[in-house]
Amino acid sequence: MPHNILVVGELQDGALNPTTLELLGGASGLAGGGNVSVALLGSGASAAAAQATGAGKAFVSDDAAYDTFRGEQWLPAVQAAVEQSGADLVLMAQSTAGRELGPRLAFRLDTAVAMDAVKIEDVGGALQFTRPAYGGNALATYTMATTPAIATVRAKSFDPVEGGSAPSETAELPAAGESRVNVTGKEVTEAAGLAITDAPIVVSGGRGLGAPEGFETLKELAGAIGRERAAVGASRAAVDLGWFPPSEQVGLTGKVVSPDLYIAIAISGASQHMAGCSGAKTIVAVNRDKDANIFGFSKYGIVGDWKAVVPALIAEFKKG
Amino acid sequence: MHIVVCAKQIPDPETPPSAFKIDAATNKVVPAQGIAPVLSQFDGIAAEAALRIREAGGEGKVTVISMGAESAQAAIKQVLAMGADEGVLLNDPAFEDGDSHTTAKVLSAAIKNLGDVDAVFCGRQSADWDMGQVGLLIAENLGWPAAIIAKGVELDGAQLKVQRVLSDGFESVEVPFPAVVTVSNEFGEPRYPKLPQIMAAAKKTVTNLKAADLGLDAADVGKAGSRLQLQKLALPEKGEKVEFIEGDTPEAQAATLVARLKADKLI
Repeated sequence: MPHNILVVGELQDGALNPTTLELLGGASGLAGGGNVSVALLGSGASAAAAQATGAGKAFVSDDAAYDTFRGEQWLPAVQAAVEQSGADLVLMAQSTAGRELGPRLAFRLDTAVAMDAVKIEDVGGALQFTRPAYGGNALATYTMATTPAIATVRAKSFDPVEGGSAPSETAELPAAGESRVNVTGKEVTEAAGLAITDAPIVVSGGRGLGAPEGFETLKELAGAIGRERAAVGASRAAVDLGWFPPSEQVGLTGKVVSPDLYIAIAISGASQHMAGCSGAKTIVAVNRDKDANIFGFSKYGIVGDWKAVVPALIAEFKKG
Repeated sequence: MHIVVCAKQIPDPETPPSAFKIDAATNKVVPAQGIAPVLSQFDGIAAEAALRIREAGGEGKVTVISMGAESAQAAIKQVLAMGADEGVLLNDPAFEDGDSHTTAKVLSAAIKNLGDVDAVFCGRQSADWDMGQVGLLIAENLGWPAAIIAKGVELDGAQLKVQRVLSDGFESVEVPFPAVVTVSNEFGEPRYPKLPQIMAAAKKTVTNLKAADLGLDAADVGKAGSRLQLQKLALPEKGEKVEFIEGDTPEAQAATLVARLKADKLI
């Protein structure tokens, strides 16, 4: 069945961010002859709209007041885009913005949202949304009784859009209004250089490292593999202990990574952690407990003390 | 200052994966034998944040509200033992098997029923369904501003200063009262009540309210009012079988592992 789909995109340095390209890819697959549109807010939105291939129409506002996400400012603009596009499906990322927009937009449009969807399918004309629940222990599949259906989509759930032409039509969205929430500052903790979400190899550490200094050893390991390819992440337990910044956390409440190789050091593999890394092509685990959950997801495992194993790995990788 | 904490009782997320079972006929989680349900972790942290705000303000009241079965009394008692003053249990068969929309509708009605609430603190998401919607939907129902996924909350006169966790760092925001705040695990651990506080909590008032007490129509709540319809709850596919790398020394194991990764063209 054809679906009219609105993708709520997000900008990064004046370009569409990678997840927006994935949402456009997913929308192209689901539209089935229906219209795909994109909504973009913030400086450079109208220029970036040209990158939204596969979308026929772009709803934009270049108002710089949208550059910092504030739910109360974004909501009326996104709602206008949904209404003008006639969408029966609205896709956005499970991001800082999507986490807030999804539920509030659903309330304002008198409908529902599937949060953190990993799969969306048209089954005989009815949209089905699959999302992890119970910390990744279960997969829940839903339909919706109301339209438009809204979903916030987990990163890497769809392949990025390829080919297709740029939007042929543009409509202007209103400038930003007031927000009762006043943003007074921002601190960026994300590591400079290769992001864990982009790295083909991620080395992650958990509570089993025993102390924050363990992450220095993991950085050495990433360095021995090659810092242009390997980034360092952490489990929620390690982040909650203050050993590593939350921006580098892999898991349900952190980032979702899907590298070619995920090396889990002293991580037990709680379901909420696996929710963030189970998309990795290959998982390798080093853990003292041979019954640790992480080994159930791993291709290769070493049972042993990371303090002995990781230096040996560093030496081996340095051999080239 | 009157702060409401929303608390949910859930199956223990620390249940070993081997004991986690789903009844395919009802699409429900089968309670693991011998593992008691617990207060959702994020809600305990929200309670901690609310109690610290009250302590910083020197006065005020904290009310804990839970929608759930009679067993949810335990979750309410836990927050009362932490230091909350009163509890409200919303236990009605009409509320069962709802979605975030109906849950927020019921909780919002209970908050309005209290009358004089300045702030609502929720966990960033329940640790069972992991949606992260209810706090925001309460804000929408009440027409209040919201600051979600907080790692720090401070009282600053007629507003709250909230430090939020973003995907690339932190953001500081100011929110005027009345407001909704959802609290994340980065906030820190909730306090652990001692025996005298647990004893004292047993004497605190817990009010039981049903749909009719809140002027709610049974057709608008629970499964009847739900918009998100669960079709299937299933276990994810099992991972692959692990190959344990053996060796007499860590160096030998490391050499074998790196050789395997090279053979797989991963390195």
